[in-house]
Amino acid sequence: MWTWFYRLASPPYVYRVAALWLPWLLGGALLTIGYGLIDGLVFAPPDYQQGDAFRIIYVHAPSAWLSLFAYVTMAVAGGIGLIWRIKIGHAVAAASAPIGASFTLAALVTGSLWGRPMWGTYWAWDPRLTSELILLFLYVGVMALRSAFDDPNRGDRAAALLAVVGVVNVPIIHFSVVWWNSLHQGATVAKLGKPQMPGSMLWPLLAMLLGFMLFYGAVLCIRLRGEVLNRERQSAWVREAIKS
Amino acid sequence: MPVSAWDVFLLVLRRELTLSFRRPDQLVQPLVFFVIVTTLFPLGLSVQLSLLREMAPAVLWVAALLASLLSLDALFKSDAEDGTLEQLVLSGQGLYVIVVAKTLAHWLVSGAALLLVSPLVATALAIPLAAFPTMLLSLSLGTLTLSWLGAIGAGLTVGLKRGNVLISLIVLPLAMPLLIFGAGATDRAIAGTSALGACYLLAALCVLTCTLAPFAAAAALEVTLE
Repeated sequence: MWTWFYRLASPPYVYRVAALWLPWLLGGALLTIGYGLIDGLVFAPPDYQQGDAFRIIYVHAPSAWLSLFAYVTMAVAGGIGLIWRIKIGHAVAAASAPIGASFTLAALVTGSLWGRPMWGTYWAWDPRLTSELILLFLYVGVMALRSAFDDPNRGDRAAALLAVVGVVNVPIIHFSVVWWNSLHQGATVAKLGKPQMPGSMLWPLLAMLLGFMLFYGAVLCIRLRGEVLNRERQSAWVREAIKS
Repeated sequence: MPVSAWDVFLLVLRRELTLSFRRPDQLVQPLVFFVIVTTLFPLGLSVQLSLLREMAPAVLWVAALLASLLSLDALFKSDAEDGTLEQLVLSGQGLYVIVVAKTLAHWLVSGAALLLVSPLVATALAIPLAAFPTMLLSLSLGTLTLSWLGAIGAGLTVGLKRGNVLISLIVLPLAMPLLIFGAGATDRAIAGTSALGACYLLAALCVLTCTLAPFAAAAALEVTLE
């Protein structure tokens, strides 16, 4: 019953499976993001305080969520590669890092675009913004470390180690939100804790969240196929796969 | 004759300290850097005592972070270059103990030395005398934590030629909580309120890193040296 799981460690199998999953993930992403965008940007009522500017949430919140999700994926995959020496784990981690960094950047940019009309400033040294920025630095560090090694094997394992260490830091950063706030009181935060959102606003957001997840999965499949091809370029099956 | 982990620890620690004191210039340079960076700020700002006092904790902590980073590169590098590190790894003694000893030695010659200079710098930055105990406590916890974090960074980059910038890139994001609590504690001490909360958190970070970071640093050394 576990054979399907074990086979995920085999690069040729993953290469094929990723191609099979890709159209479904991409199609699902297009559908859900399409629905979310239309419903969120056109049909959802404007917020009574923020007006139409609140609609940035439909891109901002999913990006921020995915930036964390992609980091954890990267750390878990890297950890699997590090502990059980499964090559595909490193390939997933390497494929996930740039996507996660892009989501982090997207969350930061959309957040500051939102901040301009709402807070009157593009950037505030608010804990949530700062922790997201630290996340971006962590991504950059992991990617830089991976590419710094001439030997890709070592680079993979070093980057995986750093990603795992960084994941320990993520909750620390997250909780420092509370502590930092208590030190620097009176920060103007748009808390997203438990938004009492009406369904007409909430459903598009959930659809966008699901859509972003599917989109992440789709891009991960594409990048993973590239990674696997590049890593296995010396092997016979790659020659076969490219020929056919 | 079997050698206990404690013997190994003492042996490596003594060797590291001896080596450091044989090269006093490398010992002094980070300290001079620390003093210079902190004096640059009052020169750059217009010298208003109140403004300076507000900036002081941040200046002190950022300078301490950078000064500790400066010497981190050498933590494993010279030993890796002359082959000592490989012999230590091959010695069959746990890498954990060796990492702990080397990192503690590094803290003693960098972090603890920084503590000795910091009252001087703090006076120059117009930090009131009453805030000194808290400042010293938070700085000692902070620099120790930074040494543990730095051991991970140094271990990850030990095989690289241009690892110096990369260490900063790796360690500084991890050290940001440290800066927040450290500067916060000093800030509170200057304001005259209790800084115990921030100090407890610093101590917690210190305990967390000194128990877990040696594992990560040892694993990093194994990755980069194999």
